[in-house]
Amino acid sequence: MSMLDLAAIRQDFPILHQQINGHPLVYLDNAASSQKPNQVIDAVADYYRQDNANVHRGVHRLSQRATDAYEAARDKVRGFVNAKSDKEIIFVRGATEAVNLVAQSFVRPQLQAGDEILISHMEHHANIVPWQMLCEQTGAKLNVIPMTTVGELDLSTLDELLTSKTKIMAIGHVSNALGTINPIKDMIARAHAKNIPVLVDGAQAVPHMIVDVQDLDCDFYVFSGHKMFAPTGIGALYGKQALLEAMSPWQGGGDMILSVSFAHTEYNELPYKFEAGTPNISGAIGLGAAIDYMNNLGIANLAAHEHALLIAATEKVTALPGVRIIGTAAQKASVLSFMIEGVHPHDVGTIFDQQGLAIRTGHHCAQPVMQFFGIPATARASFAFYNTFDEIDALVGGIKKVQELFA
Amino acid sequence: MSNADLRDLYQEVIMDHNKKPRNFRDMTNANHLAHGNNPLCGDTLVVFLKLNGDVIEDVSFQGSGCAISVASASLMTEALKGKTLAEAETLYELVHKQMTGEEIDSSSLGKLAVLSGVKEFPARVKCATLSWHTLHAAMDSDHDISVSTE
Repeated sequence: MSMLDLAAIRQDFPILHQQINGHPLVYLDNAASSQKPNQVIDAVADYYRQDNANVHRGVHRLSQRATDAYEAARDKVRGFVNAKSDKEIIFVRGATEAVNLVAQSFVRPQLQAGDEILISHMEHHANIVPWQMLCEQTGAKLNVIPMTTVGELDLSTLDELLTSKTKIMAIGHVSNALGTINPIKDMIARAHAKNIPVLVDGAQAVPHMIVDVQDLDCDFYVFSGHKMFAPTGIGALYGKQALLEAMSPWQGGGDMILSVSFAHTEYNELPYKFEAGTPNISGAIGLGAAIDYMNNLGIANLAAHEHALLIAATEKVTALPGVRIIGTAAQKASVLSFMIEGVHPHDVGTIFDQQGLAIRTGHHCAQPVMQFFGIPATARASFAFYNTFDEIDALVGGIKKVQELFA
Repeated sequence: MSNADLRDLYQEVIMDHNKKPRNFRDMTNANHLAHGNNPLCGDTLVVFLKLNGDVIEDVSFQGSGCAISVASASLMTEALKGKTLAEAETLYELVHKQMTGEEIDSSSLGKLAVLSGVKEFPARVKCATLSWHTLHAAMDSDHDISVSTE
């Protein structure tokens, strides 16, 4: 049984209590963006009502309060991923910006034509395109770890793909299109055996599991706030301090400097070196509040409930005739991608919406995954800890309704 | 309730054209063609035209998409055969107005009027108009060009 008081939890999420097309909203699009609890909404609103000012600047009281709240949020993020130091946590707009930062600031300066970057077949576009751009800029080559038909990485050739020319391996922790949890700890160890640094895209992992960057020993770990119950426009880059120290800033501007003259600019220390301009202060505070919220409930409890939801949904959907689940890896988190025979996912999405069911339909910003399975798109239900078993039944009912209409 | 609305969108004629799209074939002797795609959905199609002077002697399409986009393309090819380019242009504009909710004389649309339900589903208008945009590109060009509705 669930350790969570779901009724109480759902009271914390005001958006869930509404009717869509005459039906109660069933929100199963959490992998695209999650909903926000009152605790996060209030933290953002309270900041603007009581403490709003610029950070790291004024000597006045509000600026001090804003700075304290912003830096307290950084420390919460540090604890959330178990980094050693606050200096290792850079606030960014989201996972996408973090990948671009590492591509341009860490990898690009050491990249020569003919060097290699290793990603996998199941990456989100955010962990493909920045590397492709970098390859175009430098003449480096993008290599891809293959995938199996159940949607797991085929690691049989990993050691051959990790070559003396590989300058970074960038790999998703959890696939957004398939839900596959990749064995990243083992992959990181294999890359490190050849002194190859590793970036982990954790956007789909942090909402669902405890992440320990020291245990993983990854060099960089990136994620977005909005998929873990925090506002949009805020995310974090974790990087090992020694690597971040050696990197040049990505963007120039205010707050990232110690001194500026027309002859020379001295860059600020970590983490401010990478945070040019006024940051998303309220977003960071909201992210800190989301971390508090998850910790209060217990991330292991959240994960257990979501896993039970996924198991129940997988069993019930598998039992339906004419429905195929895309992505049946042994280790999965939160995501159920499926195809209804003879029905395009966009028609599924519209018919679901008429019943109050919110799911994602499309290629999920992972077109290579769609190409692999030979399909243009899937329908994807993705769960968060506030979802209920009744909502799984609504999902099954939605599929039956689609089949009725298209019979 | 929602069922009625859904039936406005997924009318029998649309379901039929989705299941058995008309003129769904390659055309080796086409003298105009264009590729259309909606990157957000992954819908892709090719519209082939064979013009004799300014008359559409043959029109066909290929590709993959949702029921709305396939049915719309299929209905379009049925409506266009034998029409002049000027008549096709007029139909293109009428269909557009229909989808965006402008007042039009629906009798002039014939069978294409079944697509009127789409206007109640703004997220799906692009599905229904993809084939028409692609047709327009094919009419305007004597070589292979691409259009996108996103």
